[in-house]
Amino acid sequence: MVHRSTTDRIVDYLITALLILVGVTALLPLVNTLAISLSDKAAVSGGMVGLWPVGFNLDAYGFILRDDKFWQAFGVSVLRVLLGGVLNFVLAVMTAFPLSRSTRAFPARDLFMWFFVFGMILNVGIVPWYLTVSSYGLLDTIWALVLPGAVPIWSVIILMNFFRSIPKELDEAARIDGATPWQLLWSIYLPTSLPALATITLFSIVGHWNSFFDGLILMNNPNNYPLQTYIQQLVIADRPALHGGQAALMAQLSNNTLNAAKLFVAMIPILLVYPFLQRYFVRGIMLGAVKE
Amino acid sequence: MFKDSERLAYYVMILPGLALLIAFTFVPLAYSVIAFQKFNPALGVQGSPWVGLDNILYMFSLRDARQVFFNTVFIATMKMIVVLVAAVAFALLLNEVRFLRIRRSIQTMVYLPHFLSWVILAGILRTILARDGLVNDFLGVFGIGPIYFLGQPNIFPWVIIFSDVWKEFGFEAIVYLAALTSIDPTLYEVAELDGANRAQKMRYISIPGIAPVIVLVACLSIGNVLNAGFDQIFNLYSPIVYSTGDIIDTYVYRIGLIQGQYSLGTAVGLFKTLVALILIGVSYWTAGKFANYRIF
Repeated sequence: MVHRSTTDRIVDYLITALLILVGVTALLPLVNTLAISLSDKAAVSGGMVGLWPVGFNLDAYGFILRDDKFWQAFGVSVLRVLLGGVLNFVLAVMTAFPLSRSTRAFPARDLFMWFFVFGMILNVGIVPWYLTVSSYGLLDTIWALVLPGAVPIWSVIILMNFFRSIPKELDEAARIDGATPWQLLWSIYLPTSLPALATITLFSIVGHWNSFFDGLILMNNPNNYPLQTYIQQLVIADRPALHGGQAALMAQLSNNTLNAAKLFVAMIPILLVYPFLQRYFVRGIMLGAVKE
Repeated sequence: MFKDSERLAYYVMILPGLALLIAFTFVPLAYSVIAFQKFNPALGVQGSPWVGLDNILYMFSLRDARQVFFNTVFIATMKMIVVLVAAVAFALLLNEVRFLRIRRSIQTMVYLPHFLSWVILAGILRTILARDGLVNDFLGVFGIGPIYFLGQPNIFPWVIIFSDVWKEFGFEAIVYLAALTSIDPTLYEVAELDGANRAQKMRYISIPGIAPVIVLVACLSIGNVLNAGFDQIFNLYSPIVYSTGDIIDTYVYRIGLIQGQYSLGTAVGLFKTLVALILIGVSYWTAGKFANYRIF
């Protein structure tokens, strides 16, 4: 180890301090929201709440607990995460496995591969997309939220690259014993791909939990909105669409405390999986870069 | 060795995914023919009259459309540049932090916004950027403002650009941090023996070490020049800032789905799809040429 001078140390501390400041600043907006949600309404409308609650109370959270509409939307979101997550998982595995095989085993592989990649980069406009989903009769059903994105092509590519990196010897031994492709997938590839599977599952969970736009255009009845769409309508959109009475709506829109609490509750599921997200997403980015 | 039954199994496996891909990507592509019709939902695709290139020509004649195109390219390009610079600077500085636990904590703090939806972040931004919000309170200490960040056309695009930096810079830094860790540590040791100081090591070892990754990211960004961030702008804009904040995706949503001009909305969307395909082609070509990149 080369001797380090005092100036070097001082620079070390300065850089560290600067980055801690950057990190803390990145979180300040979230802290402010949390503080508002825990504060007294009057203090909030007076613009007095900064990073610490003023007139601490849990009224807003109590109100949310009793708010049926909120929990209905929460339920739609949970359902889409579960259903969409399972669909994404099964389809990603079943699509990635054939694409990871050699062209001798699966001659049409490259053709399919280009087809899927083309499907990924082809971003058809929102209007024909809406007309298509609507023509299938999916509007106002949970299927509208999970079927259109059921094949997560980016996850397919990650998984395919991962499958290809698994040593061929395992595979060949099992095939000599007469294993079918389904058995290979089930007993060799899936158990050895757990980190990649965790990554793509987290991609799905976050993606489904966070999307609002499909809910907005594919659900005509606000009772079918997932949570993000519900919040988007309540906190952001100016169009009055929910909660019947105009007066009730205005009172609600002006209620910053309650809105902040709703934003925070909608964040909780992400915060709960955040430790895993950090670990597996970082790895996932690298997995995507793994080449044969 | 490779039996037909094995090949059949692969076809069976890939079939459901293929069917869904066709149903939700290629069928909508076929539906795009309504860009060349005067589409009427009651008549359907078969019954609606064909108008040739009328919708496309009309689109080019709209002054709105030109402004929207410019806004999209401007916001998307500035986002890429500023996020890239912020991410590289952050990665280089974080690489200098020797205390591993502090390093991890900083990463934990800056990655978080990446995982939150724009609905949530826009809700938060609307609060902190309000007249009596956190940011104006802070600026007030220095006697600045109050500034109405979301209601002034000249400021709005920069709010979009910098709030995107807030959400993404930490996460974008991951690839640069990975590249920095893979630099051979003996290079630094030799440089130290030669008396190189910290700035010189950064200039002559770290930056050249991550340059290929920077080039790669820049090349791949070309494909996103028309994606200025629908979710973000949709949740932050308002009619007051349409002049500088309206982008292709929000414009298509409004004319196509809200005003019900299906054919015009589809025409604009189709134009975007075509240009985007060309750009993605260019981006992969440059990434392959300058950074040896292949997707699989």
